[in-house]
Parts: sequence; structure tokens; C-alpha cells
Amino acid sequence: MTPPLLTVEGLRTHFFTRAGVVKAVDDVSFTLARGEVMGLVGESGSGKSITGYSIMGLVDPPGRVVAGSIRLDGRELTTLDPESMRKLRGNRVAMIFQDPMMTLNPVLRIDRQMTEAILAHDDVGERVALGRARDALERVGIPSPDERLKAWPHQFSGGMRQRVAIAIALLNEPDLIIADEPTTALDVTIQGQILHEVQKLARETGTALVWITHDLSVVAGLADRVCVMYAGRIVEQGTTAQVLDTPAHPYTQGLLDSVPSRNARGARLKQIPGMTPSLIGLAPGCAFRERCARADADCAETPAMSVDGNDPGRGVRCHHPIVPWTQPPR
Amino acid sequence: MLVFVIRRSLQSVVVLVAMSVIVFVGVYAIGNPIDILINPQADQIDRERAIAALGLDRPLWEQYLTFLRGAVTGDLGRSFVHSTSALGLIVEKMPATLELAFSAMLIAIVLGIPLGLWAGLKPDALSGRTIMAGSILGFSLPTFWVGLMLIMVFSVMLGWLPSNGRGTTVDLFGVPLSLLTVDGLAHLALPAPNLALFNVALLIRLTRSGAREALLQDYVKFARAKGLSNRRVIGVHVLRNILIPVVTVIGLQFGALIAFAIVTESVFAWPGMGKLLIDSINLLDRPVIVAYLLVIVTLFIAINLAVDILYSALDPRVRLSEGGG
Repeated sequence: MTPPLLTVEGLRTHFFTRAGVVKAVDDVSFTLARGEVMGLVGESGSGKSITGYSIMGLVDPPGRVVAGSIRLDGRELTTLDPESMRKLRGNRVAMIFQDPMMTLNPVLRIDRQMTEAILAHDDVGERVALGRARDALERVGIPSPDERLKAWPHQFSGGMRQRVAIAIALLNEPDLIIADEPTTALDVTIQGQILHEVQKLARETGTALVWITHDLSVVAGLADRVCVMYAGRIVEQGTTAQVLDTPAHPYTQGLLDSVPSRNARGARLKQIPGMTPSLIGLAPGCAFRERCARADADCAETPAMSVDGNDPGRGVRCHHPIVPWTQPPR
Repeated sequence: MLVFVIRRSLQSVVVLVAMSVIVFVGVYAIGNPIDILINPQADQIDRERAIAALGLDRPLWEQYLTFLRGAVTGDLGRSFVHSTSALGLIVEKMPATLELAFSAMLIAIVLGIPLGLWAGLKPDALSGRTIMAGSILGFSLPTFWVGLMLIMVFSVMLGWLPSNGRGTTVDLFGVPLSLLTVDGLAHLALPAPNLALFNVALLIRLTRSGAREALLQDYVKFARAKGLSNRRVIGVHVLRNILIPVVTVIGLQFGALIAFAIVTESVFAWPGMGKLLIDSINLLDRPVIVAYLLVIVTLFIAINLAVDILYSALDPRVRLSEGGG
């Protein structure tokens, strides 16, 4: 078996605010193989975006990675000096953001915003960089790329801007792209196109994807594997089929139930009772227990990630999983 | 673009006419210049003659029409006091004021933008806080007092710098300038920073808040995610966005510096337009007052036009079209 492209182990990213320490990411571990697509699912504030920023080394103060290890191709990123990290960003690991209206700088032309990403990493001439930028635009399906290179961001529609952002992410053919809800701000038809496009491009170039989203239907069509996050922790992981068809964590079940479906037309949508807990001064124990029907006294103790004995990729962080669980061999 | 400039010029003419009417009526209301100009011992006949010579025996509207007729041909009347062309007097004093205002603006830009950027990048550091505290002083200390203190310290106590006048000037294309001689620079060394002080503080605050706002934007994070160096993220992505409001304010403030250099010019006896205006108001020298204000309004209009054009160069979303204006 080839070594994984990305290994995240025991990652903790905390924000030191005046009100207290916010444990935005609290003991997150996962691995990602080359070319694999992983969905990172969770509600707002579950820590999924911060996990992405931690990998990119883009956590802003007062936030800080306080513990854990992030290894890309065997190279430890958490202890890397800023300049080496900069060389990695946009080159080996790229990121796409949620709101395409905000990610492109409004006062710089597209060609400049694209070539600077190449020139920051490769010692090539302006002309070569421009050619590569043009090709990248063509690859993401932007018509007449030569003209579009000379356009300003405000002359593009939202979907087109996100294509430009994706083209920028692809410029240096990275090993990994972290996509932070890139289709959330787009309307559904454009969302479908972008999803299709990214899937195709990732497959063609062998780029691995971490797709951060709160939308389970997006994950269903796109990801090979899924991690579900809640209050800074991964509560369930497995292949997309495992997690969506036989969820083990009550939270995952709750998420699935709250998706409107055709089969239950007219029926009242189920919702998860209560609200996401504040991450400031979160008490030990399962963070979901206040909202969970299966919770009992055991849940006051923080559950560990328990990996399926037969399948190391399948795991749940729950004392009372819904599906029968094969305990790992001791 | 051309249409924009033409339409803006037409609007400017309306502003200038309205301005001249207001000043005319205003100065008329203040008092009768004859009372000041004529020797109190003069008899009635001399008095009548002087009034007729200055055209003050005519009704106000007729005086205004006479002025307007002259203004169209570029003649803004003759000074009551100096008996020379009012515009000529002002143009003669203009280089001194422009030089002072230009030096002050340069100081404000060179100090204000970098300091503001620094304070914006390090809002919690001691350096950032010190800069902000200093900017409050710059805002709140009155210009005339700072001017007096500068003279006290550097001219009277230390004796390093001269306290009044322009010093030696050199003619450049027929315009006398102090900036080009050592003595002239020494004479500028106190009044220019004095006039700049408020604008340094203003630019620091403006740049700082712009930087703090821009740093939170997604495009800054995206730029960093592209692997750009910190220098490029700040110097290109952040600065380009901050410059849009800063350029507008610099333009407006430059007009204000020219118009309100009066205080600094009075304190340092700088022979500029501001001092001329004060003298003219004291003597109710209406042609000079009117001409001065028209010149200032024209300058403001020209600066605003320049800012608008510059603005469209900085912000691609603003295009000077027939529709948008």
C-alpha cells in the first residue's frame, strides 16, 4: 500500500479570545490518499473550515495550531518555517473559498491575479505564465480565455468567478486542493456544473480533494470518503456509502433525517433538537449528548474514535453507535 | 471620458457664477470700503470722486454686471487698495502658497500612509498603539499653537531654523521657488510640517482603518493561499484597495490645505495667498476677495476632476461614462 498523501493526527487548533479558549478543532485525525476525494461535513462552527486553514497554515491570530501533526507526503507542516510553508501554499496545496464574489481582488485584473500565483513559485517569464493562465482558464470551461484574461473580476458572474478561482487553484497542479464550500454561494444549476467540472479535473490531474461542505447531497455525488465533524471533532468517518447508508453516529443520522426527500413528501421534516454548543469552555464528554436521544451517563466521558475491527477506514466517536459495531481487536 | 470632462466643466461654470454672487452680496453687507480707504479728513467732494472712481456709486446689480463683463475676458477687477489687477496680486502670491501646501501634502503622504499601514498591521503592538496615540495629538492640537511652539523651540530657544518669510528663492520658468535653495528649505522646515500635522494624523487613521478592513477580506486570504509573499499581499492586494479612499481624501485635503493655509501663513509670516486674503478682508478690498475665492473654487474643481480621473484608474468598477458621471 502506498503511503497516504496527507496524514492529520490529533490536530488541535484553538483560538485564544478574551472570552476564553475556543477549541475550534479538537483532536482531528484523518488520512487522504493520492487522488482521493474526501468530504468534510458539518454545520457552521463545527471546525471544518479551520481544519482546512490549519492544513494551509492560514490560521489567523488569535488562533493557533496547539497540538497534533499534519504531514503532506511525509513532510511535517506544523513545524515548517513560514517561507517553506509559503512555497508549499498554492503550489502543492491549493485552496478554493466559499464566496467567489469576495475571493478575487476587485482592483486587480484577472491576468495579474493568475500570473502572480505562478510567478510566486516558478521562475518563468511573464509570457510563459500568461500562457499557463490562459490554458487554465480554458480547462475550467471559460469561453474566449484570451479576452477574459484582460477582464476585471466585476465583469464575471458568480459561477464564472468560481471557475477562475478553481483555475487559479489548478495553476501549479497541486497534489491537494482544499475546497471550502465552493458551491454554497452559487445557484443550483451552476453548482452542478462546478461539481462536475472539479470532479473531472481532479480525476484528470490526480489531485486529491478535501471538500468542505454542510450539504450531504453534494458529498453523495462527489466524495469517496466522508468525515462528519461536530463541535471541533470528527464524530464519524467511512466511505460515502457507509456513512450515508448506515450512519453509526446519532448526529449523522440526524443530519440525514433533516434532508428533505421525495419519499416523505408532505411529512414533517425531522430536525435535531437544540443548538450547536458554544465552543468556549465546552465541558468534557460527548459534545452532542445534550441533543441526543441515546445519551446516558456514559456520555459524560469523551468517547474515543473507535475504529471498526474489520475496516480501518471506518470509525465512530460514540458510546452508543446506532449500527452494531465490531470492536477492534485488543 | 471627454463628455465627462466637458459636462463637469459646464457644472463648474455654474458653481463659479453662484459663488461670485454670494461673495459680492456678502462683502457688500459687511461694510463700506470707502470708510476704510479714504482719509477721514477728506471732504465730501473728494469722497464722491473716490466712490465714483471705484464704481461704488452704481447699484449692486450693476456693479456685479460690470464685474461679470470683465470676468468673461479674464479681468477680475482692480484692487481698491493697490490699484493693480486683483488676479495679478493673487497669481503673484500663489507660488508661495502652492509650494507650502505641496510640501505639507508630501510630508503627510510620506509619513501618514506607511505609519497608518504599520498601525493597521500591528493594531495590538506597542508601536501600533503609539502611532495611534500620536495621531490623536495631531488631530486635536490647534495648528496656530503648534506653530508658535515650533517657533519657540526651534527658532527662539535652539536658534536652528528661521521663523518667518520664504528665504532665498530661485526662479523656475519665471516662478519663484524656495524648495530649490538650502535657505528656502530651511524656511520651509517649520511651516510645512506645521501645516502637514493634521493631514498626517488624518492619513494615518484612514490608512489604518482601510488596512484593518482589507486584511479581513477573503481576497487577502486567497492571495495568501496562492503562496504570495507577505510583501506582495500587503503591497499590492491590500494597498491597492486602501488607496481608493486615500486618494480621494488627499485630493480634497490638498484643496483645503491651499485654502486654509491662512493660519500657518499668518504664524510664520509666509507671504502667500492666505495672508493676502486676510489683509484684503481687513480693508474690504472686494475685488481681491472675490478673485481669491474664485481662484480657490477653480482649484478645488480642478483637483476634484483630477481625483475622479485618478479614481477610475484605481478602481476598475468606476468608469467615467456618460451615464454614470
